[in-house]
Amino acid sequence: MTSPTDAPLLSIEGLSVYYQQFRALHGIDIAVGPGEIVSIIGANGAGKSSLLKAIVAQVDRIEGRIRFAGEDIASRPTPAIVASGIALVPEGRRLFPSLTVEENLEIGRQIGRKGGGVGFAEIFDLFPVLRDKRRQPAGQLSGGQQQMVALGRALLTDPRLLLCDEISLGLAPTVVNDLYTLLLSINRRGIGVLLVEQDIRRSLAIASRFYCLLEGRISLAGRPGDFDRDTITRHYFGS
Amino acid sequence: MIATYANLIIQGILLGGLYAIFALGLSLSVGVMRFVNIAHGDFIVLVSFLLLTVATALHINVLLALLLVIPLTFAGGYLLQRVLLQRVIGQSVLLPLLVTFGLSIIVQNGLLEGFGADTHTLSAGSLDTSSLHIGSFYVGVLPVATFVLAVALVLGFDWLLYRSRIGANIRAVADDVAAADLIGLSSVRIYAIAMGIVGVTVAIAACFMGLRMNFDATSGPSRLLVAFEVVVLGGLGSLRGTLLGGIILGIAQTLGGQIDGAWQVLAGHLVFLVIFLLRPQGLLPRY
Repeated sequence: MTSPTDAPLLSIEGLSVYYQQFRALHGIDIAVGPGEIVSIIGANGAGKSSLLKAIVAQVDRIEGRIRFAGEDIASRPTPAIVASGIALVPEGRRLFPSLTVEENLEIGRQIGRKGGGVGFAEIFDLFPVLRDKRRQPAGQLSGGQQQMVALGRALLTDPRLLLCDEISLGLAPTVVNDLYTLLLSINRRGIGVLLVEQDIRRSLAIASRFYCLLEGRISLAGRPGDFDRDTITRHYFGS
Repeated sequence: MIATYANLIIQGILLGGLYAIFALGLSLSVGVMRFVNIAHGDFIVLVSFLLLTVATALHINVLLALLLVIPLTFAGGYLLQRVLLQRVIGQSVLLPLLVTFGLSIIVQNGLLEGFGADTHTLSAGSLDTSSLHIGSFYVGVLPVATFVLAVALVLGFDWLLYRSRIGANIRAVADDVAAADLIGLSSVRIYAIAMGIVGVTVAIAACFMGLRMNFDATSGPSRLLVAFEVVVLGGLGSLRGTLLGGIILGIAQTLGGQIDGAWQVLAGHLVFLVIFLLRPQGLLPRY
């Protein structure tokens, strides 16, 4: 018998993802422990976003097993997966621009785990700048502020696992620093994070483990400290 | 002379309330869900026949029949969206047009088969003919009630769409369908609920249209035309604009009717064309 602390929060076995005839992932295995930060790195088109979309059932077809908190979620629809405690912060933020900040956040609370302990007050404590802008349409905010709303929307689902897709893309370095600091404080609440990034340096700095994807396969996996920069770069580009 | 025209304008405004009720459902589906329902007018006529049948069969007032029919039209709208329209939405602009055009033909011919080509009206008993005497004007109780209801509906649906949670969900899906699905807000469910709400407006429009005007199996397209003009005049996505558009069209038709019977409909179309040329985005555009 395994104790609950040993069991991974998310375990993926032999996952393949298909878009019609195209196969984006080839039988990969990935695990995220409770409260762990795991980084997925890889070049453009390596299959990073496909992995996250497969977890929330937003791809055409998959093969393999996806287990979350001991339950098979591979055949569930997206709303059921989100309601069980997985929240996606999508690439490009994907806020609803005509809705106010508050309305965007409210949707997070609505789609999330029921009876969740996360409230607006906590989100505004994490991102104080949003408090003053809560009645503004989300589309009028700066990129960094929009990313905060996207993170806040995901947190209001009261997730146990947060999937972050390229949250630093297109943002100023200082803003990215702030976001990563926030990500660490979110993680300290016991929320697991699966972090997809092209920026290797930054994401490896906060991850306890990483997987490097190359053309839909895992080319390297382990702890960031176990490999030197050259080894990682080689497996990143496949040269 | 002035009294005559003042009276006409009052009648026009009251007629505009009815037109706004016609257009409310179309305003929701075109302005918010971004698809054009060619069968909107036919659905209104279909529900008018349904109200007629229910009221006759149960020997009840048509307003009471309306209360019974509203849940049915909500369910009807919900199922229509979920089972049929959802399959064609978002793929191309043309598909929903073709499918609803087909529905329009099916509804018209089905009604012709079931009810014949006779014209019908609905009756709400003494309410049909009673009138109010205000100053030097006589106004019908029914037109006034229709107008008050139109204002209440516009304010109510405005609240529903822009202040309530389900309204925020509908606007979210209208903003970005793919994003909604990606984060776990089921667009299929939200679209179906929105179409259910459209169904409720169709029932109300069907009732008050049937009380004011004759209808037959093929009067749907002319209702659709009025609803379209009202929505475009008012501005896409704006329910208050829809009320304003209805009033303008109502006044134009009533004043046109004063010149000559043939001018009644024509004057409405001309005013529509002029405003459309000067202000193609509509009077109170939301987008």
